[in-house]
Amino acid sequence: MTPTIVATVLIGGILTGCVYALMALGLSVIFGVIRVVNFAHGEMMAVAMYAAVFLFAAFGLDPLHALPLVAAGLFAFGYALQRRLVEPFVRRPEHEQFILLLAVGVILTNGALILFGPEARGIMTDYAFDSYAVGDIIIDKTKTIAAIAAIIAAAGLLGFFRFARTGKAIRACADNLIGAEVIGLDVKRLYTLTFAVGTACVGVAGTLLAMIIEVTPALGPELTLLAFVIVIVGGLGSMPGAIFGGVLIGVSEALAGLLIVPSMKSMLSFALLIVILVLRPEGLLGRRPS
Amino acid sequence: MSAPILVIDDVSKSFRGLRAVAAVSFDVRAGSITALIGPNGAGKTTLFNVIAGVFAPDRGRIVFAGADVTGRRPDLICHAGIGRTFQIVRPFPGLSVEENVTIGALRTGTAVSAARRRAGDILDLLGLSAKARELAGTLTLPERKRLEVARALATEPKILLLDEVMAGLRPGETDEMVAVFRKLNAETGITIFLIEHVMRAVMALSQDVVVLNHGRLISRGTPADVVRDPAVLECYLGEDEEA
Amino acid sequence: MIRNLATELSTRDAVAATTLVLLLVAAPFVVGDYLLSVILIILYFAYVGQAWNLMMGIAGQLSLGHALYVGLGAYTAAALFVHFDVPPAIGLFAAMAVAALAGAVIGFLAFRFGISGVYFALLTIAFAEFTRILFSHFDWVGATSGFFLPVENRTSSDLVNLRGTSVMFYYVILTLAAGALVFVRLLAGTRLGYYWRAIREDQIAAQALGINVFRYKMLAVVISAAMTAVGGVFLAFYYNNLFPTDVFGIHRSIEIIVAPIIGGLGTYFGPVVGAFLIGILGEGLTNATEAAGIQTAGIKQLVYGVILLLIIKLVPGGLWPLIARRLGFSIKERRK
Repeated sequence: MTPTIVATVLIGGILTGCVYALMALGLSVIFGVIRVVNFAHGEMMAVAMYAAVFLFAAFGLDPLHALPLVAAGLFAFGYALQRRLVEPFVRRPEHEQFILLLAVGVILTNGALILFGPEARGIMTDYAFDSYAVGDIIIDKTKTIAAIAAIIAAAGLLGFFRFARTGKAIRACADNLIGAEVIGLDVKRLYTLTFAVGTACVGVAGTLLAMIIEVTPALGPELTLLAFVIVIVGGLGSMPGAIFGGVLIGVSEALAGLLIVPSMKSMLSFALLIVILVLRPEGLLGRRPS
Repeated sequence: MSAPILVIDDVSKSFRGLRAVAAVSFDVRAGSITALIGPNGAGKTTLFNVIAGVFAPDRGRIVFAGADVTGRRPDLICHAGIGRTFQIVRPFPGLSVEENVTIGALRTGTAVSAARRRAGDILDLLGLSAKARELAGTLTLPERKRLEVARALATEPKILLLDEVMAGLRPGETDEMVAVFRKLNAETGITIFLIEHVMRAVMALSQDVVVLNHGRLISRGTPADVVRDPAVLECYLGEDEEA
Repeated sequence: MIRNLATELSTRDAVAATTLVLLLVAAPFVVGDYLLSVILIILYFAYVGQAWNLMMGIAGQLSLGHALYVGLGAYTAAALFVHFDVPPAIGLFAAMAVAALAGAVIGFLAFRFGISGVYFALLTIAFAEFTRILFSHFDWVGATSGFFLPVENRTSSDLVNLRGTSVMFYYVILTLAAGALVFVRLLAGTRLGYYWRAIREDQIAAQALGINVFRYKMLAVVISAAMTAVGGVFLAFYYNNLFPTDVFGIHRSIEIIVAPIIGGLGTYFGPVVGAFLIGILGEGLTNATEAAGIQTAGIKQLVYGVILLLIIKLVPGGLWPLIARRLGFSIKERRK
């Protein structure tokens, strides 16, 4: 194993990790503000991937051109989902929220299975096999494009929350819900927007991921778990944490594929999830029972 | 005068640098009814939580019935003989009133059937028998407060820590509660240590009063002494100005 | 709102329960092989649903990784049988022990380190998925190519070795499902049951009443895991083959929770009622789609998803309390 190979794999991991980070960002934003855990996150991601694949296959639309379309579609989907389904659950017990979104995930996965069948589907652009050579290191062109697009989208999202009026208002809801209500913010509308922004994130991330890997219906639940691993490693509800976690998991998956059996790579992620959950406890009691 | 059952010895507790309880020492006499009063934010509930094992104190000791119970887990504190209610009530909403109290009564290790009988008696005492079969979540706030008392009482404590159980009651209801506590205290000899804002109840019930302000003990004595203490008057007047 | 045990069980309930049991006992003499196999699977879900219900419905701990215990039970008993000729009647205890140990490890980590709610659910998933991948690389039990039990005579019944006709398997699972129902219902009326429900409702208040929350949550996980493992043993010997993805997969964990949620979390008949409802519906759907000549992959699951969604949105307490009230049975319900 030469340093060149390691560097090549490492860079590939970082690039994929950027896309993971964007996906996780969506999950983190939704949790951070609405305090609802989107257990259908990966399934929505798979829906976005299928949309990109479909737009490419049917109209020859390059994923980068399909991006705004898919993002808008997922925004609308997220908006409707929050309005129609999730909103009344915001104040319900945690396990009911969980089961609701689990059900949404099951519906999306099996809907995809019925519509597209169990086969893997991907996008074969004419630049799919292009790459850049930096010295001996080979950098995949598609992954680079995807990573750059993901970084731009993530920056846009962070900018939205920092500078835009609506973004600031949403942050106010997350910081102090009662305060936000007192000063007359329309919390319901802001929650809906947050959920929609979170799923739009997934729309972008899904389109970009469709450029890199093939999609199957079974990918949805896997991505949900992956997104959870990332946000919990980074800190649930923290935006920088989601980005850090995304890149970290991208790299560790790439390295695991290189160093151990590739089929065991997600075992490492789950082990990491267990360790983080145990070492960074979050509990009802706040204090450790001993 | 009887011996102390609960000794608070130089207890301090801070949250992120904010001193909620600062070097407080006093004791509660066995068999007494002692009130803990003070303006909002004086550290009363924090002190209760330290006694009940929710927080370990940063410094100092809690001695109960001769044993050091500092920093013990809440369930062990309960087994030691300290029963408590919560300022913000926490009934088991999805269980019936009777079941709520039965769970408390199981503390002593009796059989379920005996615990249920005992729960029935306690509900009688607190005037909740008519609601025994209702889900606790459907009760009104004053009823929930009484349920908390019933549940804590069912654990057969030697001392009962009551955190503002009379807040929000109508004067008539307050008098009823006062009568219940008096009767309990007289008949069973149980020590009652209560945080209370309703001065009517404090004056009517307690033999001893302890006053906290900004986490410090500023006065203690009989109700009559305490209400004449300039330090107490000042802290309460100060609060009025702020309000 | 009546809650306590047989004393308060009305004669009406008793008649209904007896009728149901008699019908189920008589089923093999009345219905054909196909229908019997359908009821058998329904009873299996009623059984594992009851085991999960004990942990979530009664003790309030949301596990989304119960496939772990099914799988560990199945693989333990099967491996002992295949490799060491240990009959499942004995292997069963090893299976329960292994699953209970796994439950204890998860419970210890979770409850010692204050992991609860969603975080706890994720922890259970992480363990199940971890184990799934582990078993996919575990050659001693066939890894991804599967682990197979020898299929032998199927005319006589051998309970000790769990070899026999489908009628024997039917009675085994009927006994298990009925036994689990009685077991959970009896347990709920004991000190343990009261403590579990107290913890479910409010952990902090429970602790203030002297309940050792850690100990009783551990007991809930361990008992539920051991019960679930028995379901796994049944599955292994009924199907005679085990594949890691099929046994440990997250879809398996979700399948387990559907029946108790639809029937009514924390109710005793909920898992049974839920299992029958989705079992009948699922079979009906399969038949309808086959008759219509549509490829069926995913449709059944899709409908489960829709039903789960409708139930949790419209009747989060589940269907059994509604049905029971309508039919005039005394019920044991939770919440609201």
